[in-house]
Amino acid sequence: MPDGLEKGPPSCGLSAEDIEAGFGDLHKPLNSIKAIAAAEHCIYCYDAPCVQACPTSIDIPTFIHQIRTGNTDGAARTILSENIMGGTCARACPTEVLCEQACVRNHGEEDPVEIGLLQRFATDHLMAAGGAHPFERGADSGKTIAVVGAGPAGLACAHRLSMLGHSVKVYEAKAKPGGLNEYGLAAYKMVDDFAQKEVEFLLEIGGIEILYNRPIGPDLALSDLLKSHDAVFVGVGLGGTNKLGLDKEDLNGVEDAIDFIERLRQADDKSTVAVGNDVVVIGGGNTAIDAAVQSKKLGAENVTLVYRRGEDAMSATPYEVELARKNGVNVRLWAKPQSIKGDTHVKSMKFERTRMMNGKLAGTGDSFKVPADMVLKAIGQQLSLDALSGVEIAGGKIAAAADFSTSMKGVFAGGDCIRSGEDLTVQAVEDGKQAAHAIDTYLKGDANG
Amino acid sequence: MADLGCTIAGIESINPFWLASAPPTDKYYNVVRAFEAGWGGVVWKTLGEDPPVVNVSSRYGVHHDTGRGVIGINNIELISDRPLEVNLKEIEQCRKEWPDRVIIGSMMAPIDEQAWKELAIKIANSGVHGIELNLGCPHGMCERGMGSAIGQVPEMVEQTTRWVREAVDIPVFTKLTPNITNILWPAEAAKQGGAHAVSLINTVNSIVSVDLDAMAPNPVVGGKGTHGGYCGSAVKPIALNMVAEIARAQETQGIDISAIGGIETWKDAAEFIALGANALQVCTAAMLYGFRIVDDMIDGLSAFMDQKGYKSMEDFRGMAVKNTVDWNELNMNFDTKAFINPDKCIECGRCHIACEDTSHQAIEFAVAEDGKRSFTVINEECVGCNLCAHVCPVPDCIEMQPVEDDKPYVTWPEHPLNPMKAAAE
Repeated sequence: MPDGLEKGPPSCGLSAEDIEAGFGDLHKPLNSIKAIAAAEHCIYCYDAPCVQACPTSIDIPTFIHQIRTGNTDGAARTILSENIMGGTCARACPTEVLCEQACVRNHGEEDPVEIGLLQRFATDHLMAAGGAHPFERGADSGKTIAVVGAGPAGLACAHRLSMLGHSVKVYEAKAKPGGLNEYGLAAYKMVDDFAQKEVEFLLEIGGIEILYNRPIGPDLALSDLLKSHDAVFVGVGLGGTNKLGLDKEDLNGVEDAIDFIERLRQADDKSTVAVGNDVVVIGGGNTAIDAAVQSKKLGAENVTLVYRRGEDAMSATPYEVELARKNGVNVRLWAKPQSIKGDTHVKSMKFERTRMMNGKLAGTGDSFKVPADMVLKAIGQQLSLDALSGVEIAGGKIAAAADFSTSMKGVFAGGDCIRSGEDLTVQAVEDGKQAAHAIDTYLKGDANG
Repeated sequence: MADLGCTIAGIESINPFWLASAPPTDKYYNVVRAFEAGWGGVVWKTLGEDPPVVNVSSRYGVHHDTGRGVIGINNIELISDRPLEVNLKEIEQCRKEWPDRVIIGSMMAPIDEQAWKELAIKIANSGVHGIELNLGCPHGMCERGMGSAIGQVPEMVEQTTRWVREAVDIPVFTKLTPNITNILWPAEAAKQGGAHAVSLINTVNSIVSVDLDAMAPNPVVGGKGTHGGYCGSAVKPIALNMVAEIARAQETQGIDISAIGGIETWKDAAEFIALGANALQVCTAAMLYGFRIVDDMIDGLSAFMDQKGYKSMEDFRGMAVKNTVDWNELNMNFDTKAFINPDKCIECGRCHIACEDTSHQAIEFAVAEDGKRSFTVINEECVGCNLCAHVCPVPDCIEMQPVEDDKPYVTWPEHPLNPMKAAAE
């Protein structure tokens, strides 16, 4: 908990119950009546655009048809066969820029099929029913693969490797699995400890062992893992954060948005999470939106999100920006951080207005001050390079070929640590899945050669 | 506003919408509610000789689409299970209270002259406008030699019709079962027996679904089920064809038709009238939605007639009969091609996959660089089958455009490729 904010929620009038209620499901799950109505809206397109828009290529028309025929668990199997984290993706995917944007219903000026909610309906149904895990482990290959990071990429890779008959050891730096699903996504997208439930479900396939509090680093280098395993998959995500590069960035009350979100996600009682009264969030991505909205839900009186460019340039989707506004977040565009004021604790921030000049972003010289007792930085994350000695880095990310192989033979990588600009759970899952097949091919070639 | 008044078997009705003999017309209470709602007439639930039948519990099965829309229902209910006297008294009372509405008494009896005649006289004495012979019930009653057991034997159809004609001097409707090879046989028999009108169709023999837990047909009665009578919009196409057959066949032409079978909307009604129906009977639609559905049937039919300039039903009744012909009379030279309107197309691909997998590979699918999907008909391959237009989810997106040419009207018997024609020459 940051210094100076120890007193719990501000005097905003929200009771602990109000706060808890505010962190309920952002989108209410469909009941069976609504699910049928939503499924009926699907045309069952041929070679459907929604499938092409899904990074994991889930056969959406088929799974929706299965919901229509009452084969809901079959629908879930269709989803999970392409995306083992279909449950999280159903909750966290920005469907409005992926599958639902591609829905042909949009052409008719109708609302798109609620694909995300239908996917949740199906996967929740299967997981609630319990029963046997829907996928079987392949015949034991005798190979063991080290997976670094128990986030979406690592776990998706581990699951697929297990399906292919390999044994997997997952090395996770934190005390819990799930990666950003557990620590990073907004609480109202992942209610009821879903990230942990999903990991438990995923591990039911067997053949996967997770070792916690085992970060790679000097004591556990990639070269060590290669010695003790047949191949390595790196799915470490982005551990580091970008800095504002301003004086007083270390004042109390100034912190990375992801740390704030992590604290919030790990709190059983959200009303115990400290938040400022005047919160300033800096950034234009979904992390910034998540931090701003959740600050508001915790009871912050004023939440100002400041982004240096226009709304079109924000990486947060229009839906997310609207969500912030609906929750009372003041979104201020075209302004960049200039200075942080305060003695031991932050008191305010000064921003300089910006505009585009000759195709470049430039300060106008005009500035304004925003009172702040909490500043949350969400200006992007970066790869922690310290532990990755041996693999080639390009543009701040691990250089990976189309088959997810790296410069180190036998080391593959996927997820946020290899790509820029994606920052999506669903893409990480796809990377992990495809990398598993690449590793399988590599191991077979190795065995033959 | 168009006049919806009609006459069938000499009986005048304020509108063509009657409720068919079935649960909705079982008793005074329902019938009064129907008249209050605006129905022109009712055919009372079928009456038999005392003692009344006993019905089982669980009586209807359903055929749903995936969205729980009802495609059709079936029933295993028998005829009226109330004493004859009670029914007749209630009929009498309704007749007195609703003088401008039609009440037809439906009846069935075993194949016995006295039984038919005695029952017909009792019913006629209650003041009904006419009597309808239920020769169609395909479940239960047929096992006792009644209903479809009679309706499936043209000689018995003629006989029972004649018996009732001889017994009473009010109009006689013979209700036909569709569970027969050729509907013209019982229709002609009814005409021979002196029927003023035929009513059709009765329900279609069916197992509507199987309960996969009980492993028994629906509706399940204590672990077992039986075949029942299928009705609702699913049977409308069967009924339209049978009505048309009777309207256009020389042997049956001219007999009045009370059309029944899946009529849910004014459009359904107009179609039956176009094929020659003098009046209509409705049951399932009312059972699904209540008597209020007659409002739009009346309003919609009347609006349609106004729009087309038909002042009365007679102005368009039977207009489609002359265009309902045998296959052999169709023009082999007529050609039509599908045209997909790109402005309306939502790019779902349903037309393409239907044509590609199951028809003539006549719809080309292409994806442009910008991701736009286009579907184009290959005219040389298109046989004008209409399948694409039917599966398309967008109304009027796929239009069937007749090919303009000067080819003469050539039927199959005249066609050069007809081997029978060559043989004849």
